[in-house]
Amino acid sequence: MNSKKTYTNYFILLSVSLIFFGFINISLGSVSIPFNEILTIIFDGETSKKSWQTIIINYRIPKALTAILVGSGLSISGLLMQTLFRNPLAGPFVLGISSGASLGVALLILGSGFLSAVFIPISISNWSLAIASSIGAFLVLIAVMIAAKKIKNTMSILIIGLMFGSLTAAIISILSYFSTSEQIQQFQFWGFGSLGNLGWHELLVFGSIYTIAIIGTFFVIKPLNSFLLGENYAKSLGINIQKSRNLILIITCLLTGVITAFSGPIAFVGLAVPHIAKLILTTSNHKILLPATAVLGAIILLICDSIAQLPTTEYTLPINAITSLFGAPIVIWLLVRKKKIYV
Amino acid sequence: MYNMNSPKKNIVLKTENLVIGYHHKKRSNIVAKDINVAIEKGTFVALLGKNGIGKSTLLRTISKVQEPLDGKIFINQKKTTDYKDEELATLLGLVLTERLPTSQLTVYELVALGRQPYTNWIDTLSEKDITIINEAITLTEIEHLKDNRFHELSDGQLQRVLIARALAQDTEIIILDEPTAHLDIHHTFKIFALLKNLVETTKKTIIISTHEVNLAIKLVDAFILLANDKVYNGNSEELILQNAFSSLFPKELISFNKEIKQFIINNN
Repeated sequence: MNSKKTYTNYFILLSVSLIFFGFINISLGSVSIPFNEILTIIFDGETSKKSWQTIIINYRIPKALTAILVGSGLSISGLLMQTLFRNPLAGPFVLGISSGASLGVALLILGSGFLSAVFIPISISNWSLAIASSIGAFLVLIAVMIAAKKIKNTMSILIIGLMFGSLTAAIISILSYFSTSEQIQQFQFWGFGSLGNLGWHELLVFGSIYTIAIIGTFFVIKPLNSFLLGENYAKSLGINIQKSRNLILIITCLLTGVITAFSGPIAFVGLAVPHIAKLILTTSNHKILLPATAVLGAIILLICDSIAQLPTTEYTLPINAITSLFGAPIVIWLLVRKKKIYV
Repeated sequence: MYNMNSPKKNIVLKTENLVIGYHHKKRSNIVAKDINVAIEKGTFVALLGKNGIGKSTLLRTISKVQEPLDGKIFINQKKTTDYKDEELATLLGLVLTERLPTSQLTVYELVALGRQPYTNWIDTLSEKDITIINEAITLTEIEHLKDNRFHELSDGQLQRVLIARALAQDTEIIILDEPTAHLDIHHTFKIFALLKNLVETTKKTIIISTHEVNLAIKLVDAFILLANDKVYNGNSEELILQNAFSSLFPKELISFNKEIKQFIINNN
């Protein structure tokens, strides 16, 4: 079939781009390392300069892998939410998962003054940040699942998620009011998002949870496609709505929870990448859309991270700003050109 | 109440003392009760009733989209509550009035979704599935639309596509909720003719709710008629004998003429 062949071409193009931008990403940074040296380090593990090897192996490769996992994970969650809620404005953060994560981190950073007065002093490290944000995300997940169990109407879950967002924002501003400017700055810094905080140990934990979630997505492809007709048709096709919905919610919560835990709340990618994929591939079939969205998300975050490095300078811009700054105009342009937005 | 005198064999769908409606807090809001109907296999059935009397509620209840307040529904002598959802999906197909969410599904993909009850966990179409999809597309005469996106179609074309999807689901019963609601008289007739033809060629049982009473009297095999105080079930002769059609609407504007078997506008 003709259409099948075009999809194959798209996937070849996407894979080549992923590898290309992966190498670009690794080769850029505040220390300039010749490209052939990078290749030697990756493929032979030997190099003339020990420090280059350390930078590539322990910093840049984990960062590139993080970008790939974060970009694809957020994009997949965005696509799942858009189809589940049949709402093009849905994204990975609509369920309030990232708000929960933010609250966890806010309590750790901003509330550490109160906490350490009462309990033992808490040190703020990558791990404690990740644990705090995971607990926050997990608590919201539980709340969402309880709400989903009680509520038949899927749209209500969306609104409840937004309410969680407002609630946590309110609590965070109260916490901020009583915090020192240093604490507020530290919290704000977490909010900028960062892909460079993960070592190989953290990456192993991140990668395992990511893999579990990705395996889960294979099982929701069929229900997702039937959700394109609405819940009543899906039910009449024998799809167990409650079970499929729960599985989709768990996958999304796992992905956004673990991503926010390790790299902060990264905006835009989850909402926009699925739309870019839908516009480029002009399909709604999740068997094609899911892998395409994942790879596209990884590519886009690699590019954004490469830009954030501000090549040839020693500054690194916040990744969260770059994703929106460069991504939003792309989406606006695509929509103005094509004039239609799809679920 | 159905006519006990006309012997019905091969009953595919039956209701027993069915009560339909909605649970509203702790009270239940009854829309219609004492619904006892029996539908014969391979017939074309029209569900009639004025606006708001509960046609959609009845169809939604029969197709298990919503729960009955009381009573039983049988498909092939087995209670619908005893079927698993995936079993029921192979017995009963639906065409609903609700608008589909805007997506980029093509006509072919939309029809192919009808095969979901039969496909494996990752939704792979077998050769048999593809044959059945193509048959459904041929029967509904939408070959030329196959690669179009469904949201580009006219209402009449979309209705045929939705019927094709229900056909691809390969169920004994197909239920359509007001399939001609947005159509002009020409396309309304085309849909009726298509459904009648499908009943004859595929031996499926097709139940539609409709306001096209005059057209239905000419084309369908049997009726379920929801009146204010009673539910009638039978063919047009039986319903005329029971004065069922006359009880359908208030008589000041239109009335039923038994000789020509049509509703006519009052002359005064």
